Amino acid sequence: MDYQETLARLAEADERIVVMTAENRAAIRDLPLRLGKRFVDVGISEATMIGAAAGLALRGRIPVTHALATFLTLRAFEFIRTDVGIANLPVKLVGGVPGILSEANGPTHQAIEDVALMRGIPNVCVFAPADELELVEGMQHIVEHPAPWYVRFNSCAAPVSHSPFQIGSAEQFGDGNDVAIVTYGYLLGEAMAAMRELEALGVNARVVNMRTLKPVDTELILHVAEETRLVVTLEDHFRTGGLYSIVCELLIANRLAAAVFPIAFEERWFTPALIGDVLEAEGLRGPQIATRVAGALEAESMTPAAGMFNGLRG
Amino acid sequence: MSTTLNYNSLPEADEAQLRTTALRVREHIIRMATGGGCFIGASLSCADLIVYLYGRHLRVAPSRLDDPNRDYLFLSKGHDVPALYGTLAELGYIDRDRLAAHLSPNDAIYWHPNRRIPGVEFHSGSLGHLLSVAIGVALDIKMRGTDNRVYVIMGDGELNEGSIWEGLLVANAYGLDNLVGIVDRNEFQANIRTEELIPLEPLASKFEAFGWSTERINGHSFQEMEGAFGSLPFESGRPSMIIADTVRGRGCPSIEWRADRWFMRLGEEDADLLMRELHGGEGGTLAAEPLVVR
Repeated sequence: MDYQETLARLAEADERIVVMTAENRAAIRDLPLRLGKRFVDVGISEATMIGAAAGLALRGRIPVTHALATFLTLRAFEFIRTDVGIANLPVKLVGGVPGILSEANGPTHQAIEDVALMRGIPNVCVFAPADELELVEGMQHIVEHPAPWYVRFNSCAAPVSHSPFQIGSAEQFGDGNDVAIVTYGYLLGEAMAAMRELEALGVNARVVNMRTLKPVDTELILHVAEETRLVVTLEDHFRTGGLYSIVCELLIANRLAAAVFPIAFEERWFTPALIGDVLEAEGLRGPQIATRVAGALEAESMTPAAGMFNGLRG
Repeated sequence: MSTTLNYNSLPEADEAQLRTTALRVREHIIRMATGGGCFIGASLSCADLIVYLYGRHLRVAPSRLDDPNRDYLFLSKGHDVPALYGTLAELGYIDRDRLAAHLSPNDAIYWHPNRRIPGVEFHSGSLGHLLSVAIGVALDIKMRGTDNRVYVIMGDGELNEGSIWEGLLVANAYGLDNLVGIVDRNEFQANIRTEELIPLEPLASKFEAFGWSTERINGHSFQEMEGAFGSLPFESGRPSMIIADTVRGRGCPSIEWRADRWFMRLGEEDADLLMRELHGGEGGTLAAEPLVVR
């Protein structure tokens, strides 16, 4: 069952659900016919869509809004923060082509600060599915959840078979104790490939798929940091405010010292190209990630601080 | 324009009662300008509109604040909220004594509206938001097929915001004839005249061009309000806009039409002086520092 079929069935079963879009219909093109008046397209006006969604939510509706992730989270940011966030209304914010999924569109379309922005708003939760299967399963929970949610839309094919979805619960693949690659969204497949490469190099790895970034699975992150020599955060997001920041915040708040190696975009936009070429150009292919991680592990084992970290952990 | 109004006449006794309520509301506004102060000029300009709407027109009452079939009023230019606080106090939505808690950290009566005050439908303060929120409410009312309406008061300076013009387009596209925009046309931005900064005129034809059926009235005449609001919607299938010409600082001649009397913190003597002016007494020179006009 694909995304729009899922949304159609949810809406048909629950008359509170209204599907909205700022003329971004690719993933929901059949819904006007299915939902009638409960499909609202406001045209290319993200801010007005969010304000209107707040108004609909005041009347008891659950608006599921759609726009490209960058315009949704940036153009309409203040409407999300002020109308949805302050009022804590159950508006669902579905951002299309987030992160590297914007491919060759260039920096205007690169939503790579979206996680930082959305998680920074009190009450707003964040869901970053790895693929369409996870998106579809997660949406069923998120639509009925009373909070406002940002959904980093991703309808790609699943690279793994997932454990059942639960809000605030990450899933782990493998149990290697040398390195943990913690990631979310589209890069999960590359993380899995990197894990296999690392195993071939004799490095025991595991992969953590975060699924929801807020609420975050604190327990699993701390557990992973204690059990492995190196935590790698892998994300198609700026290094500031995303998963790297989340993990660092958790470690500090829990007085746990660990070596954390971020793979993210540092103070720059990524190379616009078709997705395979973006991965290649940015060093985000599985084997490339494995090489970067192996190098970081090597450097980590040679730093004097490593001993200090290990001592603290003991 | 101006051809659709019925001009139902407002019975004299009702008009007198609205006048009395408006006078009480202006007294509240002046009192709220003491202590930490308030946006007195804009509050006085829209006081008559808000008194008319709550006192005569809106299908809402303290007893039916949760009724989904009530009319909704959104105050998009949120800094004029003392006019709303005063009206809600006079009409029994909140206790009059509560106004003494203006700016107290122990209550929710501050410089911008919020939903902790009975009768306030939504928070505002950031300009250009509530037209879109009102559109959402109006859309839902249309989906449910009831006959209640949604009103949104905007400032004329607020019309600088692009989101207003997005909202005008969307409301027209969805034929929201249950939506009523009201512009408090006091001719001032925060601290400069609109026409000197970002000219709005001809304003009515702008709204008309965006598909809104528009009327222009004197925003201090209850008779004209009765005519305009009594004729809603101006056209079936189109949203309605009422441009209400008003006077900033209305009721206190020494601060009327003054760019530098936008936000004021009044001492007791100044408050007494404005109170005297309000009741037709002689004016004077205020001790309060005027705001620097850019």
